Amino acid sequence: MESFLIAAVIASTSLLFATLGEIITEKAGMLNLGVEGMMLLGATAGFIGGYESGNPYVAILLAIVFGGLGGLIYGFLTISLRSNQVVSGLALTIFGTGASSFFGSSYTGLKMSDEIINFFAPKAIPVLSKIPLLGNVFFNQSVFVYLAYLSAILMGIYMYHTSFGLSLKSVGEAPYAADAAGIHVIWYKYINVIIGGALCGLGGAFLSVVNVPQWQDGIIAGRGWIAIALVIFVKWNPYKAVGGALLFGGLSIVGFRLQAYNISQSLLDMLPYIVTIVVLVLSSIKGNNDSAPKALSIPYFREER
Amino acid sequence: MRMVQRTNISKRKALMIRLTAVLLAIVSSGIFLAAMGHNPFLVYKAMILGAFGTAYRLQSTMETAIPLIITSIGIMIAFKMKFWNIGAEGQILMGAFIASYFALYFWYLPKLVLLPLMFIGAFAGGGLYALIAGLLKVHLGTNETIVTLMLNYIALKWITHLQYGPWKDPNGHGFPQIAQFPVSARLPSLFGLHIGWVIMVVLVIVTTIVLKMTKIGYKIEVVGESQKTALYAGMNVKKIITGAVFVSGGICGLTGMIEASAINGTLSVGLSQGYGFTAIITAWLSGLKTSVIIPVAILFSAMIKGSSFIQSAFLIPQSVADIIQALILFFVIGCEFFVRYRLVRNNREVA
Repeated sequence: MESFLIAAVIASTSLLFATLGEIITEKAGMLNLGVEGMMLLGATAGFIGGYESGNPYVAILLAIVFGGLGGLIYGFLTISLRSNQVVSGLALTIFGTGASSFFGSSYTGLKMSDEIINFFAPKAIPVLSKIPLLGNVFFNQSVFVYLAYLSAILMGIYMYHTSFGLSLKSVGEAPYAADAAGIHVIWYKYINVIIGGALCGLGGAFLSVVNVPQWQDGIIAGRGWIAIALVIFVKWNPYKAVGGALLFGGLSIVGFRLQAYNISQSLLDMLPYIVTIVVLVLSSIKGNNDSAPKALSIPYFREER
Repeated sequence: MRMVQRTNISKRKALMIRLTAVLLAIVSSGIFLAAMGHNPFLVYKAMILGAFGTAYRLQSTMETAIPLIITSIGIMIAFKMKFWNIGAEGQILMGAFIASYFALYFWYLPKLVLLPLMFIGAFAGGGLYALIAGLLKVHLGTNETIVTLMLNYIALKWITHLQYGPWKDPNGHGFPQIAQFPVSARLPSLFGLHIGWVIMVVLVIVTTIVLKMTKIGYKIEVVGESQKTALYAGMNVKKIITGAVFVSGGICGLTGMIEASAINGTLSVGLSQGYGFTAIITAWLSGLKTSVIIPVAILFSAMIKGSSFIQSAFLIPQSVADIIQALILFFVIGCEFFVRYRLVRNNREVA
């Protein structure tokens, strides 16, 4: 059981990064369906950077930069050029898929260097890892996993305990009112979309640099879409995202452990998607879509105020 | 600088802006290729030859264009009502699933009975699958973008399950594959191309007529413009949306049947080859116009086939097609801004 939970935490980490990235993007009223593409960009940049330099910081930095760049492309198209958000996001995913496959092709099958693998090997946090049951599961992990927890906490503080977070909320809920209140809507959208992209990039890099850690084409394998589902499942809450990612991450590996009982992994793989639809339906029945940003995916045109 | 909304723009000028965008995309892809150490002119020439150079290559380009055009038309119908059906991938697979069910379990029927049965089954399969999202949207207001997206993956996992489990071919030497269809379930060819092209042509004509000249087409148009207007006019908006979503998914389902029956000869996970997603792009780039879908889809098919050709000729990974496609997309969706707005220098402004 403990080994399963440890594996579930690892399987959930890339999902957690991407979910946090999409939460902050959607909180700014932007529905970016390019998560998969930004994760692929981050995974590729992180892997190549780590492989070529042997420096884990370079890997992380490049993943952040290229994930953020993906967010910037999407932001420029949708915020400045006012393109359709759905189509722009899909275009970003196509771009990420192509670019990742193109630049990664000469690295196929290559393994990450030992220095980096050692750097990201599990390290116990002194006191916390001694907590019975949970200590070893949550606090004897890679620093990259800790970075994911840290991101969730920082995002929670940003969203719920700072004036910036309050402004962000108003941008996603009522951009025209936010603008009238003197909030620079366009800047908020840009900055949060870029941060969102950077987080997705980190999620991708976790897979290529720590989790696998070997280059393979299409390494993200649809996790970006699960992350989009997770955002709804956890109701745009970064703290709940930790639990949600753990649940969906656990589901993705449970089939392997249930092989003895002859349960099809393919059918189990459907669960995250079915659960998301059910959650979505339940929240639309109750009509309490309160957590969804009101202005999500509605373009903001200042002169049409 | 500030922007001013254009009140009207001539068709010619709008076309010029869009063509400029495509040109810019080709130029920037060329710069990208040159930076990779290739001569972009030679690469482009090879791509064109790879897509249209010989009768065989032309045939294979058209074989890619057929599913792309059919799926784009299906998607277009939903998009016209601002119903963001991005579940074509799943609808293709579910259409193929029902068609394959008839092919595998009713193989003894004569071809003239079996093929129509598969055809209707595929339409119903794709249509009903899309209807899940349609009914949820209309009655509960559930976001159709996310639901159709999730349904894609559920369909994909379902086909994976069939392929590795209950439908695995016992004579497949242990390979996880579904048995080949009998000859009676294979679509015939006409003029060197499988008969899917006839289905496509009929579909293009019928959709154009229905959308442009019938009451139903007019209703879809009005619902797309404004649901409130449609309600005031006494239209049954819910019925129109669910009906059109069913047809949209049904048409995508036909793609599944054609691919399974004419190309693969069986059902497999890789059957849809991403057509469901590419078709969203082609439908959108065509401005949701049936007549424009055909050239755009052929252009995209040529890019896909051309880049698989340059892979062997120049050792350029085939993924370069995705990059060029994405660049074209970025430029073309970005250029719509300049179709709708023009930039004006602030100091020129008078009062």
